[in-house]
Amino acid sequence: MTATSGKLMKGATGDWEVVIGMEIHAQVTSKSKLFSGASTAFGGDPNTHVSLVDVAMPGMLPVINEECVRQAVRTGLGLNAKINLRSVFDRKNYFYPDLPQGYQISQYKDPIVGEGEVTVELDGGKTATVGIERLHIEQDPGKMLHDQSPSLSYIDYNRCGVALMEIVSKPDIRDAEQAKAYVTKLRSIMRYLGTCDGDMEKGSLRADVNVSVRKPGGPLGTRCEIKNINSISFIGQAVEAEARRQIEIIEDGGVIEQETRRFDPDKGETRSMRSKEEAHDYRYFPDPDLLPLEFSQAFVDELKAALPELPDQKKARFIADLGLSPYDASVLVAERESAAFYEGVLEALADRARDGKLAANWVINELFGRLNKEGRDISSSPVSASQLASIVALIGEGTISGKIAKDLFEIVWSEGGDPRELVESRGMKQVTDLGAIEKVVDEIIAANPDKVAQAKAKPQLAGWFVGQVMKSSGGKANPQAVNDLLKSKLGI
Amino acid sequence: MSVDAATVRRIAQLARIAVTDAEVPHLQGELNAMLAFVEQLSEVNVEGVEPMTSVTPMAMKKRQDVVTDGDIADDIVKNAPMTENNFFLVPKVVE
Repeated sequence: MTATSGKLMKGATGDWEVVIGMEIHAQVTSKSKLFSGASTAFGGDPNTHVSLVDVAMPGMLPVINEECVRQAVRTGLGLNAKINLRSVFDRKNYFYPDLPQGYQISQYKDPIVGEGEVTVELDGGKTATVGIERLHIEQDPGKMLHDQSPSLSYIDYNRCGVALMEIVSKPDIRDAEQAKAYVTKLRSIMRYLGTCDGDMEKGSLRADVNVSVRKPGGPLGTRCEIKNINSISFIGQAVEAEARRQIEIIEDGGVIEQETRRFDPDKGETRSMRSKEEAHDYRYFPDPDLLPLEFSQAFVDELKAALPELPDQKKARFIADLGLSPYDASVLVAERESAAFYEGVLEALADRARDGKLAANWVINELFGRLNKEGRDISSSPVSASQLASIVALIGEGTISGKIAKDLFEIVWSEGGDPRELVESRGMKQVTDLGAIEKVVDEIIAANPDKVAQAKAKPQLAGWFVGQVMKSSGGKANPQAVNDLLKSKLGI
Repeated sequence: MSVDAATVRRIAQLARIAVTDAEVPHLQGELNAMLAFVEQLSEVNVEGVEPMTSVTPMAMKKRQDVVTDGDIADDIVKNAPMTENNFFLVPKVVE
């Protein structure tokens, strides 16, 4: 595995390369918790989604939720990773109020998923490959509120025991853009698979980011881990801030101490979280309450056969079948909902080969552009997939021009209605009748002898005539026909 | 393998068990006696033998993904020294 080189950072002593590895904690989509029958629903009054197992009452025993196992295997398959038919649950011992057991049930030496790799999308249609080290299943801890009282922490165990997938990357990431693209891609894959909702605001997806710096090609530097970043843009900011901090320390003759840090988005800086004397000693050992997790290759094959089409496959299909550019294809497949909308448009098109590419342009530029401007998402689009398909088909078959189509889009967006009927009832049809266009062209040429003379001398002035003809036809004249006619009439 | 006094204090700290300095030598002796006892196992050659995680040849039981528990917040917090609106309250763990 070779990492894709990233953007170097400038220091006083020259360029520095940033080396990044990530641990992503993704909440598994399931109805009940990993080892208990309590609900995983977000929200809920304090401690209402809690069973006696989750708070480690004496005598309670964990029993694994088979759906969580399936979800982890699906995710592993989505990451092109090796699935381990036998894995082991271990106790990760630590004493903290967010976990009443005194240990987190996790997987240490034998995770359910081994090595894999993902392709991530960078600016300008470029890609990079990031290696996956492993994926293991573990329990989410409870939630602590520290701002309710000056002397007390408030604890709610509703989240405690919900299944998490910890996905560990190899240190293959080289700059902030790649780091963001990696998380974006993992989130997209899991949302396609339905294994994690990827809702970062609700904490369903959190990232720990390991950052170190080195001279390009030199030995690896000492890394610092920035814990629990819960937004993709903060991940980028944290990487930049931490790399900058490390470069400054080294260039001032200092030494980087390996430590855990926290990103403060308000100040745009990372801060030390734990001092060394508190260094953790987790004393992992196999959980005696749980047998090894074993399943057959047939179980894996069955899950594999039922996987939905993933973003990379969809992207490749859009490029091969419809001739989309890699960039357009990756924009369309990035979110499952966007891809579904575009496929809805395709579904409603009579001539996909002719209009598929045009439809992609319209979805990306007109629809996404407009949705972004109004801060709406695709699920609340006022223009449906079939309405957009009609607009695109009207352009494709030459009934309306692209310019008129934008007006039509506006009408459909704000008033709704069937685009085809709107074109009829509002007289928006493109005039392709050459005779009619010629009449307008002749009139304008006759009325502007001075401009005609100018245009003959300077052919680029013909654009003025095109504008006049389009204006006088209310934008409905076929622009190609207008151009051709003008050229021959003006003799240019 | 044996433990020194500092290791005894560290193990106690990790387990959140209060151990006075006076108790350390006694515990150190007990722990070392246990370790010496277990040490006998190292005489057995386990080259290529997988660690045993269960004495019965059985597969792990799995549950279906169904919500069968919860809505017992009053019971959950019943033994807590301090609660408010069914939150557990503990001495503040961050500054």
